[in-house]
Amino acid sequence: MQAADAETAAQLAASADAVRTRQARNRLLRGGGALLGLAVVMFAINAFSHGSFLTAGNLTNVLRQITYNAILAIGQTFVIITAGIDLSVGSLIELTGVVMASFANAMPFDGPLLVVATLFVGVGVGAFAGFVNAVPVVTLNLPPFITTLAMMLMARGLAFKLAHGQPVPLASSAFNSIGTGFVSGVPVPVLWLAVMVIVFAVLLTRTRFGRYVFAIGGNEEAARLAGIDVRLVKTLVYVISGGCAAIASLLLMAKFSSGSPNTGIGNELQSIAAVVVGGTSLAGGRGSVVTTFFGALLIGLLNNVMNLLNIESYTQDIVLGAVILIAVVVDELRKRYLAR
Amino acid sequence: MNAIVKTFPGVKALDGVSFDVRAGEVHALVGENGAGKSTLMKTLAGAYRADGGTIEVDGAVVAIDGPRAAEALGIGMIYQEFNLVPDLRVIDNILLGHEPTRGGLLDRKTALARASAVLAELGIGLPLETPARRLSVAQQQMTEIAKSLVRKARLIVMDEPTAALTEREIDALFALIATLKAQGVAFVYISHRLEELPKISDRITVIRDGKTIETRATADMPPDEMIRLMVGRPLAAQFPELPPVPAAAPEVLGVRGLSCGQGVHITDVSFSVRAGELVGLAGLVGAGRTEIVRAIAGADVPTAGEVAVAGARVVIRSPRDAIDAGIALITEDRKAQGLVLGMGVRENTTLAHLRKFVRGVFVDRTAEVAQTNDEIAELRIRTPNAEQLVRNLSGGNQQKVVLAKWLIGEANVYLFDEPTRGIDVGAKAEIYALMVALLERGAAIVMVSSELPEVLGMSHRVLVVRDGRVRAEFSRAEATPAKVIAVAAGVAA
Repeated sequence: MQAADAETAAQLAASADAVRTRQARNRLLRGGGALLGLAVVMFAINAFSHGSFLTAGNLTNVLRQITYNAILAIGQTFVIITAGIDLSVGSLIELTGVVMASFANAMPFDGPLLVVATLFVGVGVGAFAGFVNAVPVVTLNLPPFITTLAMMLMARGLAFKLAHGQPVPLASSAFNSIGTGFVSGVPVPVLWLAVMVIVFAVLLTRTRFGRYVFAIGGNEEAARLAGIDVRLVKTLVYVISGGCAAIASLLLMAKFSSGSPNTGIGNELQSIAAVVVGGTSLAGGRGSVVTTFFGALLIGLLNNVMNLLNIESYTQDIVLGAVILIAVVVDELRKRYLAR
Repeated sequence: MNAIVKTFPGVKALDGVSFDVRAGEVHALVGENGAGKSTLMKTLAGAYRADGGTIEVDGAVVAIDGPRAAEALGIGMIYQEFNLVPDLRVIDNILLGHEPTRGGLLDRKTALARASAVLAELGIGLPLETPARRLSVAQQQMTEIAKSLVRKARLIVMDEPTAALTEREIDALFALIATLKAQGVAFVYISHRLEELPKISDRITVIRDGKTIETRATADMPPDEMIRLMVGRPLAAQFPELPPVPAAAPEVLGVRGLSCGQGVHITDVSFSVRAGELVGLAGLVGAGRTEIVRAIAGADVPTAGEVAVAGARVVIRSPRDAIDAGIALITEDRKAQGLVLGMGVRENTTLAHLRKFVRGVFVDRTAEVAQTNDEIAELRIRTPNAEQLVRNLSGGNQQKVVLAKWLIGEANVYLFDEPTRGIDVGAKAEIYALMVALLERGAAIVMVSSELPEVLGMSHRVLVVRDGRVRAEFSRAEATPAKVIAVAAGVAA
């Protein structure tokens, strides 16, 4: 009996290994296929744009351009995996930007301490807004679409009022290195993004909290009956999303040396697009921070290419819309293929 | 259907199944969980496509490449989980997709006439103007049958039609089937309730491991023979021997004056369960049995009353409180409440006790896999491995994953709500054996079950619930089906 059990266990282990190998192969298949396709397209574009695309400078530029959207999309990924949505992140960039700039100007001290203090204030405001988003969702079961839509309007209005409709110029120069600096050739905002992708990817895949995020998106009632504090976890994802918006806002503020009340319009939809193009399901229960990053990258590359090819902005919108649709359709077809 | 083959990743669900149905016949299809019954029926209904074999209707080979094709051939499916639109009225549900129109607008008069005609044909009455969500389970089923008749179904496939019905509703259903049989409608009848088959079926086909084992006239297939064919090995007595409760066994679960207002109201429920004791809650569907165990487990928040575990009062406001107090609830609806279907066996198994697997801030997957593999081996969960998505497992194996989730917590109190619903005999026996093992370990068990033989066969004591109150208590020796039914139906006590 014991020997038989040991044998069963060994078979199970072997079988699990086989599945992991197959999963790895599938990952390679889709990752590898996508990469190869991307490479071919990039070389073609490079030829068309007379070599201006595939330069270190241009590619660094793309990464810098996508940083803000990718950071928003990281928070958005957490929300969407719980089958929620956060429409307020664009406005929260504006609100936290204005608040942070005003705060920094009002402080009597300067230097790195001011940067850290400003970051804390900004993230605090963003996280609090996320908390306000979540409260009606977790207590009254209201749809997050509505609560975050309300927050989108309120935060934008508040940002305009606080700033009297004008950008708030940043007096301190302590932020310059964050906005425009380089560390061994890599723009500082890109480093921030890299750190955030790693930290949040680990949070999502390796911690209890991350597991609960998936469980709630997959079956909220089963999660609740398993003793998971569903309200707390759902509140935290909106807090994370608001906090991510504040960090994106800090980087933007540092870049332009001002906090502006109208920089975030449309960013909420851009971030949702990045998440969806990255293969996260709007139905919840599935998703990944890393693929969200690639979703943002794909959209960024596309914008960059179209600019290099001098495509007018209306056409760019059409192409972008079509690409989002195609990406989602292809992803769905691929999933069905792999599920067979 | 002839030599049907259907494979899923890692599983050959159907491996050459053949059977036939004649006009005006009820053909029962039986087999253990995972034998392939549901897959076969979904293939017939066009929900899945067969990888091999042929399907013939009236002697002609047909291709069923979708639900529409099945419908056009006169095949109607009534799944265990009904397919009604809850917010539409009954009449709209019956005619869904077949709404009569006049000049592009809905023709209400014709709709009413057509729905009424179908109900007259069935000899039943349904509240046509009521939203489907307000119907009882039995009425929803009638609506489904009416729906298939509107579609001119000549073959109706029913998957576990009696699982959620009361005795009286079952009689009504059987009468309805008889009416339709007389009109030449054929039925494929899938059921785990073997005892009802002699009453309802003409022929029985047993399938096992995706293969047809045997087809016989019902009269030539006594139940024990049927069970032997299903499991492929002789089965020991249906229920295991219950270990006696030691005279000195202390109270493990005490419930006093429990009331709760969610769902069916329960009022002033008091009982106690000792170490090693199994208390069965009997009663009709909707009597409040599920609500009692849900209130104890914090799934609903009680409005009054106390719960004590091992003599100490515990305050339970949430499922977490109950889990921390050593109370585990195995819910009745595993898909809606028990499992995250899109997650793997491992993630479901560890979900309620993930704390145990945390090293520092990270979840230790190696430890998770090790524990899950132990549970897979112990409960004999049929899965290729710990990473398989729970969605791809059969009902019995899904139920075992739910059990695994609660077993790793080593609770003192286990509340089982319909633990064997929709599960085959083999898996049932395994679950009963598991309950006995828990009792021997000193756990207290409360079991809700609508199957009377199960309650009587597995309980030390039986409490009968009606209208949210405990109406009677019988010891194992006193409890007889007649007494329990009398109380449950309100005829006595």
